[in-house]
Amino acid sequence: MAAGGKTDAVWRAEDTTPAAIEAALRALLTEARTRSENYVPARSLNLVCIVNREYSGEIANRLRGVGRFAASRTVVCSVSPKRTTLDATASIAVPTETHAGMHAPMRETIVLEVGPRHLPHLETIVDPLVVTDIPTVVWSPHGHPEALAALLGLAQVVLVDSGDEPDPADAVARSSALMERAYVVDLAWLRSTPWRERIAATFDPEKLRGDLRLISNVVVRHHPDSSLAGLMLVGWMASRLDWRVSRLSTDGAGTQTGRAAARRQDVQLRLQVDRTMRVRGLAGIELETASGRWLRLDRGAGGLRARYRGPRQNDREWTIVGASRGEAGILGEGIRQALLRDNTYRPALLKAGEML
Amino acid sequence: MTELLSNPLIEGLERLPVHPTALVIFGGSGDLARRKLLPALYNLAADGALPERFHLIGVSRSAVPDEEFRVQAAAAVREFSRRDADDKVLDALLAEARYISGSFDDVTMYPRLREALDGFDALAGQKLNRAFYLSTSPEFFPVIVKALGEHGLTETEGAKVRVIIEKPFGTTLAEARELNRTVLGVLDESQIFRIDHYLGKETVQNMLAFRFANGMFEPWWNRNFIRNVQITASEDIGIGSRAGYYDNAGALRDLMQNHMMQLLTLLCMEPPVDFSADEIRNEKVKVLHAITPPEPERTVRAQYAAGTVAGTDVPGYLGENGVKDDSNTETFAAVQLRVQNWRWAGVPFYLRTGKRLARKVTEIAVTLRPVPHQAFNQEGSVGVQPNQLIFTVQPNEGVTLKLGAKIPGTRMRVRGVNMEFLYGTTFLSQSPEAYEKLIMDAMRGDATLFTRNDEVEAQWRIMDPVVQRWESEPGPLPQYAAGSGGPAEIESLLAVHDEWRAI
Repeated sequence: MAAGGKTDAVWRAEDTTPAAIEAALRALLTEARTRSENYVPARSLNLVCIVNREYSGEIANRLRGVGRFAASRTVVCSVSPKRTTLDATASIAVPTETHAGMHAPMRETIVLEVGPRHLPHLETIVDPLVVTDIPTVVWSPHGHPEALAALLGLAQVVLVDSGDEPDPADAVARSSALMERAYVVDLAWLRSTPWRERIAATFDPEKLRGDLRLISNVVVRHHPDSSLAGLMLVGWMASRLDWRVSRLSTDGAGTQTGRAAARRQDVQLRLQVDRTMRVRGLAGIELETASGRWLRLDRGAGGLRARYRGPRQNDREWTIVGASRGEAGILGEGIRQALLRDNTYRPALLKAGEML
Repeated sequence: MTELLSNPLIEGLERLPVHPTALVIFGGSGDLARRKLLPALYNLAADGALPERFHLIGVSRSAVPDEEFRVQAAAAVREFSRRDADDKVLDALLAEARYISGSFDDVTMYPRLREALDGFDALAGQKLNRAFYLSTSPEFFPVIVKALGEHGLTETEGAKVRVIIEKPFGTTLAEARELNRTVLGVLDESQIFRIDHYLGKETVQNMLAFRFANGMFEPWWNRNFIRNVQITASEDIGIGSRAGYYDNAGALRDLMQNHMMQLLTLLCMEPPVDFSADEIRNEKVKVLHAITPPEPERTVRAQYAAGTVAGTDVPGYLGENGVKDDSNTETFAAVQLRVQNWRWAGVPFYLRTGKRLARKVTEIAVTLRPVPHQAFNQEGSVGVQPNQLIFTVQPNEGVTLKLGAKIPGTRMRVRGVNMEFLYGTTFLSQSPEAYEKLIMDAMRGDATLFTRNDEVEAQWRIMDPVVQRWESEPGPLPQYAAGSGGPAEIESLLAVHDEWRAI
């Protein structure tokens, strides 16, 4: 399950202990250094993944796809329902291309085969295996709340995808609870980054900033599984622009409507499901101001397709260039964001919760 | 939220908005544009970092239609981009790119350029900022700037006009002053962005963070604890196909007068009041003012002779294609400088740069004074070496602290060991190319990583006497074998007890 690069050395053991695994990994690293002094251990962050064994292949593929954003040490806890013993595989990966005289960072992966009995005290297995003094991120895409709870004492960051929760209200509650214990990086939030950047850019010219107070209508179109992403985008605007929001109503097609109270006027809110979307996230947004401006952004080839109408009814259309990051890119971005801090997520999430 | 004087939506965003911009590259089909500028623009586009309305215009002498320019630009991106090009992004980036052909001194070319720029404004329905990137031969810098002024292209109502000027900014102090006079006669200093691409490198910017975000270094960052500083910029390659440029420039002009002096100022500057462009540059200029030009005995120049590099025989400099048989151009330059101020008085600063040396490395090594009592010289110690702090700019970007440590065993024997911080192993992000950072900063109007007029002239004031002296002195120059560590003559620059780090 090594992320990025080619596997250089592997160690395996059945019914083993964390101390033995740690010692074996240390030996692998020392041996690798003797093979090439260019090999140096990467030390950016630890990523601890808790996955169901039957779906571990899919997670491995996603981790391989993050490329250069791979954690320096990945600890995968692969959970099988009937397992009672601890088996482990430790491996080291080095870059596929190395150059003479250039450092080649080694990345380490430990796959732990665990069973339900290990999960309530998973920290006693994982703690000796993470590198100290660098951030530790926990990602539990298949649930396992007891394992996640056990690891919150040693992790500084929790990676979640609110889009994975069937009920947005549950997702908000879960992330809110996690935020009390750790910094939360939400992949659903990261899917909205380009949209937030573009809304911010639209109103960045000084002469247009005043129009932020005049926003009167917001429409968000989203993937059927991404209503929370849409709510968080509206929540972000509400939290940054001091809008008071309340519960939205939902019709049979899943369209959510309601209004927010801004200082000068109400803002009509509408979140529509776009069933043509193949990937999760947002499909498009529309903003309208009381001053007569209208902006529409839609996903398009090579970036976002923008349409704008000013107060004089002058329509314009153009492409805002940017590459699609894909799901692997979103996960990689999530890992990278674990080393940064974004203080706008929490207020946006809370506002999203108020609309549910 | 109180007032909407600032944009409340930018909080938390990594990529801050940049005003819609039209970028004009003079020399748009040239080597720098193909290898660096166009790939940098592509990578910015792929990251979604370009302004939401961005238009590109290439200007060069060769007569090609817009479509051909787009094809050539796309080919350059595919060949030189640091990551594989996404065709959709590349198509979107270049879809409306324009090409204006003409000689830079052709007065009929500028109205066509203006027309293209006005056309982009009309398309956008707003005044775009205009950034003119002068990626041309330096003799055209004043020609282009004057022409921009004469054709009313240096200001536009409701938007900013900026001019980015590539190196070299003059080849002598007199030329630098004259060029400054010319451009400042047309533009305000706040509109001028003089490129020194070293300043766009993450490791160079990290020097500011390293010095001013860590309290542990300041107590010994002075003459009381530091014995000497060595700044090295060595290359293992020869001049390649650049004989035309290099034989007129030489090592001192190519790297030392600009890049290496910038590294020196970042190392020596006092903490700025804040990290705004002018506060940082004020402090850097003070360092340059404290340096006097080196006396002749504190300078060394040399040329590489034939030798062996990576197991391959290579010719000497005078045997390279395009180099004059009697060329006195130095391929190696070394100087000892002194920064005459309270913090640095008495500390020698050794700068050396050259081609066809043993390996490629750019580094700054700060050597501390040795401990006052050598307690570990017995029992077979390799020897207690002075501590060194080494900033490696390339190729293994990072910071190394050399310490003395006990060798495992029953006896108290000590040798030097390294504590290393490596960029490649510590951060997940890939460092952007320097040009990506600098192009964005210029479009944003942030001049922190660009050289101000007084900085350029202060750098030249130090190095110009060396240039003039070397040009007036007859050859032949001392030689060093290609693939070696440089000429033996550099030993003469060292103060007592100092020694050069191995290249």
